[in-house]
Amino acid sequence: MTTAPEQVRVPVTWEDDVRWQTVCPLDRLQPERGVAALFGETQVAVFRLFDDRVLAIGNVDPRSGAAVMSRGIVGDRGGVPTVASPLYKEAYSLVDGQCLDVEDVSLPTYPVRVRNGSVQIGLP
Amino acid sequence: MTDTRHLVVVGNGMVGHRLVSALRDRDERGEWRITVLGEETRHAYDRVALSSYVDGKSEEELRLPELAGFDLRLGDPVASIDRTARRVVTASGAELTYDALVLATGSVPFVPPVPGKDLPNCFVYRTLDDLDAIKEAAAAAVARPGAGRRSAVVVGGGLLGLEAARAMRLLGLSPQVVEIAPRLMPVQVDEGGGALLQNLVSSQDIAVRCGVAVTGIREERDRLIATLSDDIELDADLVVFSAGIRPADTLARDSGLRVGERGGVWVDATCRTSDEHVWAVGEVAALEGRTYGLVAPGYAMAEVVADRLLGGQARMTPDELDMSTKLKLLGVEVASFGDAHAATEGALEVVVNDPVAGTYSKLVVSDDAQTLLGGVLVGDASKYATLRPLVGMTLPADPVAMIAPGGVELGADALPDSAQICSCNAVTKGALKEAIHDGACTVPDLKSCTRAGTSCGSCVPLLKKLLVSEGVQVSKAICEHFAFSRAELFQIIASTGIRTFTEAVESHGSGRGCDLCKPVVASILASLGGGHIHDGEQAALQDTNDHFLANMQRNGTYSVVPRIAGGEITPEGLIVIGQVAQDFGLYTKITGGQRIDMFGARVEQLPAIWKRLVDAGFESGHAYGKSLRTVKSCVGSSWCRYGVQDSVGMAVLLELRYRGLRSPHKLKSGVSGCARECAEARSKDFGVIATDKGWNLYVGGNGGATPKHAQLIVQDVDQETLIRTIDRFLIFYIRTADRLQRTAPWLEELEGGLDHLREVIVDDKLGICADLDTAMARHVESYADEWRGVLEDPKKLERYVSFVNAPETPDPTISFVTERGQPVPMPRAGDPVLIGLPTVSPRQEVRA
Ligand code: SRM
Ligand SMILES: Cc1cc2nc3c(=O)[nH]c(=O)nc-3n(C[C@H](O)[C@H](O)[C@H](O)COP(=O)(O)OP(=O)(O)OC[C@H]3O[C@@H](n4cnc5c(N)ncnc54)[C@H](O)[C@@H]3O)c2cc1C
Ligand code: SF4
Ligand code: FES
Repeated sequence: MTTAPEQVRVPVTWEDDVRWQTVCPLDRLQPERGVAALFGETQVAVFRLFDDRVLAIGNVDPRSGAAVMSRGIVGDRGGVPTVASPLYKEAYSLVDGQCLDVEDVSLPTYPVRVRNGSVQIGLP
Repeated sequence: MTDTRHLVVVGNGMVGHRLVSALRDRDERGEWRITVLGEETRHAYDRVALSSYVDGKSEEELRLPELAGFDLRLGDPVASIDRTARRVVTASGAELTYDALVLATGSVPFVPPVPGKDLPNCFVYRTLDDLDAIKEAAAAAVARPGAGRRSAVVVGGGLLGLEAARAMRLLGLSPQVVEIAPRLMPVQVDEGGGALLQNLVSSQDIAVRCGVAVTGIREERDRLIATLSDDIELDADLVVFSAGIRPADTLARDSGLRVGERGGVWVDATCRTSDEHVWAVGEVAALEGRTYGLVAPGYAMAEVVADRLLGGQARMTPDELDMSTKLKLLGVEVASFGDAHAATEGALEVVVNDPVAGTYSKLVVSDDAQTLLGGVLVGDASKYATLRPLVGMTLPADPVAMIAPGGVELGADALPDSAQICSCNAVTKGALKEAIHDGACTVPDLKSCTRAGTSCGSCVPLLKKLLVSEGVQVSKAICEHFAFSRAELFQIIASTGIRTFTEAVESHGSGRGCDLCKPVVASILASLGGGHIHDGEQAALQDTNDHFLANMQRNGTYSVVPRIAGGEITPEGLIVIGQVAQDFGLYTKITGGQRIDMFGARVEQLPAIWKRLVDAGFESGHAYGKSLRTVKSCVGSSWCRYGVQDSVGMAVLLELRYRGLRSPHKLKSGVSGCARECAEARSKDFGVIATDKGWNLYVGGNGGATPKHAQLIVQDVDQETLIRTIDRFLIFYIRTADRLQRTAPWLEELEGGLDHLREVIVDDKLGICADLDTAMARHVESYADEWRGVLEDPKKLERYVSFVNAPETPDPTISFVTERGQPVPMPRAGDPVLIGLPTVSPRQEVRA
């Protein structure tokens, strides 16, 4: 299972006018776990999957208001990569940020790319 | 309300209790005010299960569900009835008038009029008070110095006598049963079954003499001598009469009510006596002249009277009353049902007798061999649950095949909807199916919404079969990624040597796992000795709390709980904790687990906090893990004037032995220094109570949402045996329990229950004890403090940052307010998550 880190597959096409911000070296990310990153007021949870895809969603759990999404367990539901909120365990799709257990709840998603071994995310 | 009428119930036994419960449920307009007058001083209890009182059950466990909305006066029996004035007078002189009176006085034990029957140490077997007296006498006999095993003569070899005999065994006495009839259980069992039954009972260390009567009892040097009709003399420490019962109908006789020919208060099919204002129910009632010594007919009578009091038209159909019996408790399976003696005109008997296997089965069928009339099962009564409901129905298969070894296995499908599955509570298959279709999907569900299975329990196997045949999938699969139960996965991982999640999911599962299966695999790997739980790929599997070795709180901060084994802590230790909390601005609280919790630590503060604690000699308390939490203790013999052993020392020893042991759910324990039980050990997964001879071990208790008392598994054992038994209990549980299944529900589901557990871990029936012992020894040897492991490994420390791009910047969403002088999280709009609690609807009782 190796997809070269450079060819990060991103599910949505993103506008080009995002600001790319460096998060950390890819090596710093443990497969199937997340980290939190802070950009101004914005908290982003960044996850590295088992197949080395890197995906990013908002870090603040909509249910509790606590900034903890990066600490959830990564897995999949019916093939869709997910993270479970550490507090009340709802699963969120890492692809589009939708909560898979509660209707009409979602998290923002952010474009991710890996440049020169560094993970970068695009902020609006 | 002016037109409220007054119902007086005499007798607070099983049937009186059922009457009150039925009436309170249905009397929606409050037509009746109820007063219950009871002779016994205790709340109504489950007399059917009386014998379990010597087998570890407590009075609370036997107590019937408490009811509200009526006046209960205990310990003051009714002395007389004045029917003209409609008034009862109690022994203490209290007078009550009634609009309706129900006699529910049950029975009194029959004691044959032999000389010496009233001597001290002669007992009857009917009430908890009787059993308390028997227990005391048995204990005194056992404690008396002198040679030889202490013994008891049990007069009567029927259902009750055999229960009493077994109880004597449990109390440490050698029982000798004397039965006047030529075989045991003459009422239920035929000759063929009786012979086998006698063999089986004798092999249980119970001596049996049939065809002889006790003719006299005398006292000789502290002991009793019972003379038998064949002139043999038996000496005994106590004598228990369980030779039958007589309806307690004195009140009725004295007040001139009609009584049955063979005693009992005569009632018609509506349970009304010869006085229209007086009713009788339960064992005291002679329904159209006949009395019934079982609880099921009594319950049916209570329902009829409740209905009638509210203007209904219910009546008894005595022909259909179920007189089936199954012998409980004795370790010998015996069941008889329907027309066991083939008394019906033209009835045929089909017998399969297998003396080698020790089983005897007989079916009684109609002359055309089409309809089942009754039967007797001895040695193996497993078919009882399916056969009994078929009485009166067309046989679904050849009768021989139905009882032959390896013959037809009858499922719940074979039964028609009208078949009564639970005879104690008169619940039909149809009613159960309805409940299942309305959403009941477990045995406890069925119990709470239909009452089936809540009395003698013999129908529970059939309830399970019914759930399956109704298509309720009782899937044990962990989640979509693994089609196995946790226990199966444990076996797979242990036997294949798989050591990573990836291997496990690729070879035995699908996808990449989730928050359900990953922590399960993490726990199994840890139980199998996987090293530090953050080593390698394991780190990614850990649940939120295990991931940071701390409990996440609602605002994303963590709590810090150092181990305080047994709740014992030095002043120096207290000062360290106080100082750390002060330096890091943490909220402190004494937990329910006898230790100190510090709340409000941010993730990036955890290593610094723990460094201070570890340097001062503390270690992880595993408050975050599905692992041993605390072993609570009482102060014990070191200080307490009642303590008989050093409970603190034992608690510390146990906590240090089992710390860090990963398991399907959290594990809690407690050690009390004497029977006063200040450490609440019996509410724990394993609890230890000191005795003057050693230690008693109780297993399978918990507090929480569904509290359960732990049950006694070994008694008066020395320290070595105690620890060995706990070792095996824990490893056996860890290997076989489901995900998040605590020891109490695990034990409840374990086939064979506590007795089986004892056979496995005490008698080594499966031959696995050596393996269990090795597994625990490996755990004890390999234990290392997890927090020290993190502090010593820079790679593991790396994750303890708030932000990967700003490691020391505090999370800006966290803020505190001060409450009672300490910091607490800022209140948020987010609503807390509710968990489901059992609900009790007014017409149901919950006896899980
Ligand atoms: C801190 C403490 C309350 C306190 O301030 O006293 C506590 C706090 C929590 N308990 Fe508890 N329980 C605490 C003693 C108890 C006790 C009392 C005891 O241990 O004697 C009980 C009843 C006894 C028992 O467990 O049988 C108890 C029964 C529960 C239950 C219900 C378990 C059950 O089987 O029904 C849960 C829920 C669960 O585990 O699924 C629970 C769960 C929790 C959780 C983990 C809830 C959560 O997921 O956040 C709480 C977080 C602890 C934390 O962050 O540190 N806690 N909890 C106590 C910590 C004890 C300790 O030193 O480790
Ligand atoms: C050891 C044992 C095992 C049994 N096993 C089974 C079994 O497996 N299956 C089965 O179906 N049945 C079994 N039974 C029988 C079952 O317990 C009874 O059928 C049932 O308890 C009858 O209920 P009841 O309310 O009629 O009488 P009880 O439960 O006896 O209640 C009568 C109450 O009335 C009180 N009372 C009496 N006189 C007065 C008075 N004047 N004033 C006030 N109160 C009074 C008594 O003290 C008693 O508390 C067993 C009984 C025993 C003792
Ligand atoms: S359980 Fe017994 S020894 Fe322990 S504190 Fe209570 S009374 Fe004392
Ligand atoms: S048959 Fe006794 S509880 Fe169901």
